[in-house]
Amino acid sequence: MTGVERAATVAMWAVTALVVLTLLAPLAVTLAVSVSASPVFNLPPPALSTRWYERALHSRELWPSVWLSLEIALASTAAALVLGTLCAIAIARGTFPGKTALTTFMVAPLMMPGLVVGVAMLQALRQVGLRDAFASLLIGHVVITLPYVTRTVLASLSLFDFTLIEAARTLGCSYPAALGKVMVPVLAPAFLTSGLFAFLASMDNYPISIFLVDAWHKTLPILMLQYLEENPDPTIAAISSGLIALTIVVLVAADRLVGLRRLAEF
Amino acid sequence: MSAIPGSMAAPGAVGDARPSRRAEPVAFLALPGGLYLVLAFAVPLLMLLFASVIRDGHWTLSSYAKFLGDPFSWTVLANTLRAALLTTLICLVAGYPVAVALTRAPGALQGLLLASLIVPLSVGVVVKAFSWTILLRSDGVANQLLVALRVVEAPVRLIFTEAGLVLGAVNIFLPFMVLPIFSVVRLIDPRLPEAAATLGSSPLHRFVHVTLPLSMPGIIAGVAFVFSMSVSMYVIPTLLMGDRFKTLSILIARSFLFMRDRSLGSTVSVVLLLIAIAVVVASALLTRRWQPAR
Repeated sequence: MTGVERAATVAMWAVTALVVLTLLAPLAVTLAVSVSASPVFNLPPPALSTRWYERALHSRELWPSVWLSLEIALASTAAALVLGTLCAIAIARGTFPGKTALTTFMVAPLMMPGLVVGVAMLQALRQVGLRDAFASLLIGHVVITLPYVTRTVLASLSLFDFTLIEAARTLGCSYPAALGKVMVPVLAPAFLTSGLFAFLASMDNYPISIFLVDAWHKTLPILMLQYLEENPDPTIAAISSGLIALTIVVLVAADRLVGLRRLAEF
Repeated sequence: MSAIPGSMAAPGAVGDARPSRRAEPVAFLALPGGLYLVLAFAVPLLMLLFASVIRDGHWTLSSYAKFLGDPFSWTVLANTLRAALLTTLICLVAGYPVAVALTRAPGALQGLLLASLIVPLSVGVVVKAFSWTILLRSDGVANQLLVALRVVEAPVRLIFTEAGLVLGAVNIFLPFMVLPIFSVVRLIDPRLPEAAATLGSSPLHRFVHVTLPLSMPGIIAGVAFVFSMSVSMYVIPTLLMGDRFKTLSILIARSFLFMRDRSLGSTVSVVLLLIAIAVVVASALLTRRWQPAR
């Protein structure tokens, strides 16, 4: 190894260490502040306390938002899994004009500015007379979750050997049984990873939701930002820590099921 | 193959006559999802576009003329693009070495590094932006570190500054740069740079002429991701900059949610939408340009 290479390698690992530290720092800081007895965000915490967790647990506003966000995220992810998988099968198997364009179109919402999509949806929904916040949020969040599923399932299908289905049918399986026994297990990791990221994206969405919520239906990110603007105290750090813990639990489970490296496929 | 114009999901007639080809109507499976996105995503955006160029039943670009004629708009546009470009550039410079380090790391370390990218990526942006407000306070960790390292003598103002905003945005978007580059770099055949070395190429020459061109598809994907997210970010500047700094997103939110100025809001929305579409088109063209290199 020459001097230049050695220097480059050292620089590479130094940058990597710094990046990892700064990526984890915000999470560590949130956890530290959430267990601090102090109502201002000074670090290190002067004394430990669980008062912010208690306050979060007893908040009357928090739980309806948590349930609303969970309902919307679960329902929109389920819808996206069905619509996205069908679409991915059509793109992977079908030959039709405009296939490339359709593929780009199906993942386009990922790259479009959320606020603009939110505004446009709000105006369109008002035009057709829909004013129900829950239905509006659901419609909006399927637009967010659908690209994740289509993209990941399509990538997985492009590696799938469809003659396996014919082999299963030759061996006496009915067509639906062949799909269920051969294709679904192969696609299961793709369902899991795309469903996971779609769910997280829905749980986290602010820019589209802000236009579709009303005073009685506020998703968690909307409530959190509003809370931060009105009374910035470590209650929000306690809620954030809860979300971080939940995310880690879900990711550990996903890692056990499909492995970390599949989660990192982008 | 016969192309049937006008119907996106029409099955093409294919010469291959195996029985399984009867499953060609498989193309219709794209209809529910495709139609959904057309109705819930494309049509609303087109309506927004038309609303911005039609006034009292006439085609007009007057709202754009008004927007572009106002120096304030140019400040906002410059703020948005500057913050997004800086964020993307720093993400690329910091993210590329991390992606390469990931490919070189042995199993267990690679797992740890991947976890330290995926966990922050999966935590919500409100949570991360909020924790950056704590980190960047004048008595916060970032300042304590800067003072301890003698970079500055006394704590400096970081929160509510553009530097603080870019720092926070870089941190929040970095995984979206690293992971696409990693997924491309790890497929590069290690024998290629070795072959170049055998042929007497210097390390720098090897990087510029072998490794870098081969990683371009990942770089393009990462840059497109980070730029399109940072050009339209809303939560991060709201928390890290507050009212002082106007970006296109903040202007859109303000005109619709507080000022009730639909005309201004639609105009700015279309400007931001066009920037986002330009990024998608540019990245598609660039990817095609670099594809044969792989």
